[in-house]
Amino acid sequence: MSAAPSLAPSGAASPRRTGGRKRVLPGFNLTLGYTLFYLGLIVLVPLSALVLRSFSLTGEQFIAAVSSPRVLASYRLTFGASAIAATVNLFFGLLLAWVLVRYEFPGKKIVDALVDLPFALPTAVAGISLTALLAGNGWVGQYLEPMGIKLAFTPAGIVIALIFIGLPFVVRTVQPVLEDTEKELEEAATCLGATRFQTFTKVILPSIAPALLTGFAMAFARAIGEYGSVIFIAGNMPMISEITPLIIIGKLEQYDYAGATAVAVVMLVISFILLLVINGLQAWQRRRTGMSQ
Amino acid sequence: MSGAPQRLVPARRPVTTESPWVRRTLIGISLVFLFLFLLLPLAAVFTEALRKGLDAYLDALKEPDAWAAIRLTLITAAIAVPLNLVFGVSAAWCIAKFEFKGKSFLTTLIDLPFSVSPVVAGLMYVLVFGSNGWFGQWLSDHDIKIIFAVPGIVLATVFVTFPFIARELIPLMQAQGTDEEQAAIVLGASGWQTFWYVTLPNIKWGLVYGVILCNARAMGEFGAVSVVSGHIRGQTNTVPLHVEILYNEYQSVAAFAAASLLALLALVTLVIKTVVEWRSEREHAAADLPPEKPPAVPLPGAGA
Repeated sequence: MSAAPSLAPSGAASPRRTGGRKRVLPGFNLTLGYTLFYLGLIVLVPLSALVLRSFSLTGEQFIAAVSSPRVLASYRLTFGASAIAATVNLFFGLLLAWVLVRYEFPGKKIVDALVDLPFALPTAVAGISLTALLAGNGWVGQYLEPMGIKLAFTPAGIVIALIFIGLPFVVRTVQPVLEDTEKELEEAATCLGATRFQTFTKVILPSIAPALLTGFAMAFARAIGEYGSVIFIAGNMPMISEITPLIIIGKLEQYDYAGATAVAVVMLVISFILLLVINGLQAWQRRRTGMSQ
Repeated sequence: MSGAPQRLVPARRPVTTESPWVRRTLIGISLVFLFLFLLLPLAAVFTEALRKGLDAYLDALKEPDAWAAIRLTLITAAIAVPLNLVFGVSAAWCIAKFEFKGKSFLTTLIDLPFSVSPVVAGLMYVLVFGSNGWFGQWLSDHDIKIIFAVPGIVLATVFVTFPFIARELIPLMQAQGTDEEQAAIVLGASGWQTFWYVTLPNIKWGLVYGVILCNARAMGEFGAVSVVSGHIRGQTNTVPLHVEILYNEYQSVAAFAAASLLALLALVTLVIKTVVEWRSEREHAAADLPPEKPPAVPLPGAGA
């Protein structure tokens, strides 16, 4: 697992990269032209349709559409549940990455491969399966229900689904960085009298902090847009367990295209902000690793 | 004589690890967490599917609607994956092998579909091609159906899987540089020859890796496809949508039977991915090169 490439798609200027100025290699115009054409067709035209459509609303209509009590309740639920799930993933993701990088145990390779399951398993499957587990007669639900804990068809169930969906992000961003950390620093800290816990919090944690935050932000961003796994487990009660993407679907089913577009634009703006935050965090990580090498 | 002190030294653990009981506790907690959150849901899919026996399971899969859903899912992936493959290679070539203004902006744009919620993605296509969208009037005049028909499903799938292959290839080709291609060109190879005989063998594992991840997402996409499909049984239902309909009709065994196909697809994807990682690492260890192995790229952004 090499660290840099995945985290540094654009800025990882390899010292060997020499092409360009003279353009010895052919195909620049063809590939750039096709890339821009396809990008425009598939991404930019539909995206601008969404933005332009929202301009058909007046300012007041737009604000009314995106701030009705039911929509506001859905923001609270979506962001709250996503934040809790991403925080849980932050801790368990760090733990898993740590265990996978630092320790040896039987079945480690299988565990490592299995971490990606939430990326590979279609979300609808995850949704119905988690619901079946947590429902009153499910494997897990039958033990929790007598204790008065209800997870399926409540906001708590949404958090569980979002933990599942976001699980690999923190592990996969922290793992390569942890692999590259220098043991010498830890040895130096121990020689200077630090306990193992101090070494972890004062030496290791700062060096992986940007990667941890990147993973957190990715899990959070993914959770906000998530639809497939959540709708099965949520119960989808207006004001209580209705997520924002479901509000969009509901408005579409009532042919309220303008209202659906307005809420979608709000979600789009939030995802763009998160995308910028993630890019910033990745640049920070690159500077970190660049400095220590 | 030298025995006594040596027995003391090995007892000390290296300073860069934890005491055995801390280690075991941490490994234990991680395994319990993985068991509860990953293995249990996976096992539940197959158990629920086989709850009423193998015959009921097979009957659910033999249903004509199930077959139609499987066929549509395969067709969708068979169109979406090659389209994004050609795009991915083309984008990686111009971004990794050349310098030009606005390159990092272009890379960000390519990542964009990951950060758009699939529901919003579906809505975008409805606004372009739907009955009261930009091209809605023109399309209905010419009797072309895109939304609530197969083309819309393919388009939505292309959108959500858009960055997978490009994102895999760009860092890989950047790390490899352009020396080998330049040598080929100087020696008289044509552009296509250079690509086929020099670049392609270098990126083959990254390519396979990107394609299987792209394929898994294409076959499993739910949110975006759900918005544009219209849910017409036997016509515009993909397997994930078929699962939803059956589940909402309380046909639990049939829903989980269809879901088990998708779970199998996920397992096959993980196996191929792991094998690709191992082979790529081994080849590059043998050639003493930095591993070409595309790291498990955490794909930012929104879910299905």
